[in-house]
Amino acid sequence: MLDQTEGYITEDGRKIGGVVMEMKNITLRFGGVVAIKDISFDIREGEIRAIIGPNGAGKSSMLNVISGFYVPQEGEVWFRGAPRPQMKPYQVAQQGIARTFQNIALFEGMSVLDNVMTGRLTQMDASLWKQALWKWGGAEKEEVANREIAEKIIDFLEIQNIRKTPVARLPYGLKKRVELARALAAEPKLLLLDEPMAGMNVEEKEDMSRFILDVNDEFGTTIALIEHDMGVVMDLSDRVVVMDYGKKIGDGTPDEVRSNQDVIDAYLGVSHD
Amino acid sequence: MFYREAGDFKTSYVEDGQTFPIRFDRYRYYFVLAVAFGIVPFFINDYWANAILLPFLIYAIAAIGLNILTGYCGQVSLGTGGFMAVGAYSCYKLMTAFPDVSMFIHVLLAGGITALVGVVFGLPSLRIKGFYLAVATLAAQFFLVWLFNRVAWFYNYSASGQINAPEREVFGIIITGPNATSTAAYLFCLIFLVASALVARNLTRGTIGRTWMAIRDMDIAAEIIGVNPLRAKLTAFAVSSFFVGISGALFFAVYLGAVEVGEAFGIQKSFLVLFMIIIGGLGSIFGSFAGAAFLVLLPVALKVFGVDIMGWPTDIVAHFQLVIVGGLIILFLILEPHGLAQLWRVAKEKLRLWPFPH
Repeated sequence: MLDQTEGYITEDGRKIGGVVMEMKNITLRFGGVVAIKDISFDIREGEIRAIIGPNGAGKSSMLNVISGFYVPQEGEVWFRGAPRPQMKPYQVAQQGIARTFQNIALFEGMSVLDNVMTGRLTQMDASLWKQALWKWGGAEKEEVANREIAEKIIDFLEIQNIRKTPVARLPYGLKKRVELARALAAEPKLLLLDEPMAGMNVEEKEDMSRFILDVNDEFGTTIALIEHDMGVVMDLSDRVVVMDYGKKIGDGTPDEVRSNQDVIDAYLGVSHD
Repeated sequence: MFYREAGDFKTSYVEDGQTFPIRFDRYRYYFVLAVAFGIVPFFINDYWANAILLPFLIYAIAAIGLNILTGYCGQVSLGTGGFMAVGAYSCYKLMTAFPDVSMFIHVLLAGGITALVGVVFGLPSLRIKGFYLAVATLAAQFFLVWLFNRVAWFYNYSASGQINAPEREVFGIIITGPNATSTAAYLFCLIFLVASALVARNLTRGTIGRTWMAIRDMDIAAEIIGVNPLRAKLTAFAVSSFFVGISGALFFAVYLGAVEVGEAFGIQKSFLVLFMIIIGGLGSIFGSFAGAAFLVLLPVALKVFGVDIMGWPTDIVAHFQLVIVGGLIILFLILEPHGLAQLWRVAKEKLRLWPFPH
């Protein structure tokens, strides 16, 4: 089923392309603590890739390596067929990788619309002079064009009615959705979601799951997500990486992972003699 | 009743993004502009110009500048006085070196030079934040004042160590020096204020303004969505210092005429402008106007009330002013950290629903 170069067709008929991002033998240490130990896996175009594991397994560290916050001591990150040089997080963003955070990281002093528009930043390039002159400098035209795209995403995530509300006033579930909107506004090639469903009730989880599937389906966005809710992960994702104590203990389709003995041991616990 | 959005349908994003979305506000804005340009110049006299209008116009520019840095980008600065001094001294050097060039160009160039100096002193902001950055900008304040005091080249080796504005003109109208009329000085400053406010508004509502606010609200998240922190902070320092430099140049050349740096641009000036934006409202262009108006009018109002009406001694009234300003700062910080601008916004919210609030 897995072809290295060509990709594959999923059971529900979506076409998964070639490898977009590949982690090669990543090792990350903080002093004496080894957070990630020699992990390799790939993310293919158009798929939903999950990273799961018990607490402290190194999942978030992995995401931080991908988005440029942490620099691994060993190993390479390959993006779109080339090894990625060491980069600052904003340069990673400019390459087309967007993410959300486990603890919401929105701009509390700004409205929902401004937050989403800030997500368009990597696509806007009017200079300071043009912006100072606004209408006469052409900045207004750019603003309107990007506003249109931002509004499409606001529509898509069904947050039209709160677009002018300051983010600080919103409830938790909506904030998570606004954060997703801000990440989507960048039209990312790869979207990283760090526990998009943490702290939500069942209904909100269902909503969020639907949005994630819709994003993947309609925009064809490649998604890598970390999630604790096993039911959600198994239902959503095409392939799953399982981590435990910084090591990779499983990799494959949800069914393969579910029947993997190491994974069962890690989750259910086994006596380490 | 007539203060409503209802019936005023926005059919394009341009209309939705305009500065005054409510029609009544828009007319009020045009009205104020018309009065400021068309009526005030005919009634202005030296007392009004020197006691109220000129300081208000000039401080409002400085407040807009500091508000961009502190209110929008979240970088606290105590170096405003020093940057105003850079504007004043570079304007002086330009005026004496190129006497035939228009004052417009001198003032703009002075702003540009201040922007460059601001960028240099903004470099520490990449490493340090909050209180520590405030102390670093304080160092800029003291260093710049010391520099203009000590290096005689800056004041053209004059015996007094002061700088005096020579007579310069714009299109044949004398703007600076003792023979300038108050009307000319007023209009000259007004043009700069209106242009500064427009540019500041344009910058803060677009991409660059959002990157500043992103850095202010959460710098880590800003970086992850593609904001280059170096660029964002340094542009904020540059733009802010540009406006502060212009206000310093006007303060020296048009308003005071003669300046001794420690006296005119000392640390008190930095605090005064900082108080203006705290009382007026951080992160608001209108707040810069409100704060400047408030702190310029307060001493005048107190003098009229205390000395002219109540007959108290002048020094007591002057001391009262310090007490009141200090008390107000504390009150605003506790009760309304967003300043007069927020009170104004709340009033407008209420007015929109009046007289049927339910």
